[in-house]
Amino acid sequence: MTPDKKTKGAKALVTALEDEGCDVIFGFPGGVAIPFYDALYDAKKLRHVLVRHEQGAAHAADGYARATGRVGVCTSTSGPGATNLITGIANAYLDSVPLVAITWQVRSDLIGTDAFQEADMTGITLPIVKHSYLVKDAADLPQVAHEAFHIASTGRPGPVVIDVPVDAALGDCVYQRQVSTDLPGYKPTVKGHIKQIRAAAKAINEAQRPVLYLGGGVISAGAAPEILQLAELRRLPVATTLMGLGAFPETHELSMGMLGMHGTVTANYAVHECDLLIAVGARFDDRVTGKLKAFAPHARIIHVDVDPAEIGKNVAPLIPIVGDAKHVCAGLVNELQGMEWPPERTEPWLARIAERRREFPLHYEDPTDGTLAPQFVIQEIDRVTAHDAVVCTDVGQHQMWATQYYTYTFPRQFISSGGLGTMGFGLPASIGAKIGRPDATVVDISGDGGFQMTMQELATAVNYDVPVVVCILNNGYLGMVRQWQELFWNKRYSFTCIDVQPDFKLLAEAFGAVGMRVTDKDQVEPALREAIACGRPAVIDFKTSPEENVYPMVPAGSEITEMIGGHGKDGRKS
Amino acid sequence: MKHTLSILVENKPGVLTRVAGLFARRGFNIESLAVGLSEDPKLSRITIVIDGDEHPVDQVTKQLHKLINVLKIRDLDPDNAVSAELLLVRVAGEGDKRTEALQIAEIFKAKIVDVDRRAITLRVVGTNDKLEALLELLQPLGVLEVVRTGTIAMGRGRG
Repeated sequence: MTPDKKTKGAKALVTALEDEGCDVIFGFPGGVAIPFYDALYDAKKLRHVLVRHEQGAAHAADGYARATGRVGVCTSTSGPGATNLITGIANAYLDSVPLVAITWQVRSDLIGTDAFQEADMTGITLPIVKHSYLVKDAADLPQVAHEAFHIASTGRPGPVVIDVPVDAALGDCVYQRQVSTDLPGYKPTVKGHIKQIRAAAKAINEAQRPVLYLGGGVISAGAAPEILQLAELRRLPVATTLMGLGAFPETHELSMGMLGMHGTVTANYAVHECDLLIAVGARFDDRVTGKLKAFAPHARIIHVDVDPAEIGKNVAPLIPIVGDAKHVCAGLVNELQGMEWPPERTEPWLARIAERRREFPLHYEDPTDGTLAPQFVIQEIDRVTAHDAVVCTDVGQHQMWATQYYTYTFPRQFISSGGLGTMGFGLPASIGAKIGRPDATVVDISGDGGFQMTMQELATAVNYDVPVVVCILNNGYLGMVRQWQELFWNKRYSFTCIDVQPDFKLLAEAFGAVGMRVTDKDQVEPALREAIACGRPAVIDFKTSPEENVYPMVPAGSEITEMIGGHGKDGRKS
Repeated sequence: MKHTLSILVENKPGVLTRVAGLFARRGFNIESLAVGLSEDPKLSRITIVIDGDEHPVDQVTKQLHKLINVLKIRDLDPDNAVSAELLLVRVAGEGDKRTEALQIAEIFKAKIVDVDRRAITLRVVGTNDKLEALLELLQPLGVLEVVRTGTIAMGRGRG
């Protein structure tokens, strides 16, 4: 568009999105969204993907954002369309994902009158957004769109809602490409304080039992190369959170895998015994720490986070550093390079960790009832895709097994709902991820419960020819809740059995996707190869052991050392 | 411990909701809240008084900083700030009681802003402590209605 040309709000918004580099928008139209959809009809650079439920739009935009590092964009009509986005917006908020949600609103003179399909979106979303706008004047739309992208993608990323009454879409607007976004109340601290960085470097250099504890902030900051440098420079053993998987290659000798409730024995005990815990872009969540008072009891703590509100929220660090993980870690590397360091200092510690890794590997037993071990299926996915697929998950047991038995080697490889724990996230997120990274093999590891929450998005995958491979670990239960009921509620399986379910193979075929069912161990690999090679959306229904549990497990609120099932075969079903 | 937060915000619709909502979500009870324009008509200043321990107050302050419309927050040190609140109180008063009410008003430099046969209405400006003391003295006479603006406060000197 030529600059300064008079246009309509809806069209100017499309142009603003294109100028922000947005190439895809996930959405679902409706009454007051029609002017915007009319503008989308002519869009050249911006592609619209029609989902089958607005929740799918938000999750797909989220998956796209996580896979690419760009801002994910979704849109919906007013009222029910907009409220259907809510779960997806909350999901993006809890996991700090850059998302812009454009919700259309009833005419501005009708706002507050309980008009047809009216919902107060800026009000409803208040606790789950980084920021929100109600734009009543078409002239403000482009500026707001630019601000929204800026806010969503910088500092600690997060979702921004733009709620637009339909008359603003129809109103006149002069589009000017906006160059600077100066928001007086928004100045994220990117550079860490050099004094703090020096103090941290000194502590790292002196530590005898250090541990690097990495969260999703490492991935959003693009800090994986600096982290690798830092870890190798002082041979720091690495534990990652669920959100941090992929921030450090799990094939690396310094990797201890995930820590926390279903983390490895090695990682959890290392954190328990360490004398220095270096937390980067992580937030000491209860699923990581267990009983907070007993977490890392011998450690001095360095906490690096771009969000000052995270520092000191759950633990009081000795050395807080507010700043972007990339910048701070580069600073640490720079400082450490000038310091003398005898490698013997941490040798006993590394030997102890190596020994523990040998002694307590993750393990499972093959089921005796002829079903598949879910862990085996994931190992096969890992093997067939050579640690190289983008793995999306739903929430529950399969998600935890996916963290344990797939080997993550690069950032943005693991896409999962961490903070909110949203069942139904996997399939739409995988569609978004595949659209964002068409070159990658994208696998959605799901459960029979979560899959049924958003399975209508198979139609979207078929519609737009998005060849994701959905692997349902089908145990006929809402497995994680059943596991808790087994362990802590006297096996009273209250409403967790879901063995009355559709035939997923036929269901996939009914949607026009490829459907398969696998019951035999030796069929797992060929089915996976076929699904990946077919180039179409595919669903594989793996019949897995109904009452298999995720181990090790730290019961909620317990100390990390009170782990169930981590200690070799005898302790497995304690 | 009581904290008086002075928050400079953009003067835009919905900003007060964002600020107040944050306190509610973090489990704070707001004791008083006063909002008005600042020296710059594009900006408003909110004075909030809350009761809470150091750690939660620190956390809520950090969360407030994250609101895009919030520009500046100060946790005012009571020893180094001036504060005031305006109070309107209607006191029952006939005969001796009225005389007593008028004497109390005199001591507190309260202004009589309304009178009828059964009651008088006083307006008084002062610190929170002064207003509490006044109300305590008036209580036996029969306090019919109280309206308070909430504390406004400002750092001393150059702030």
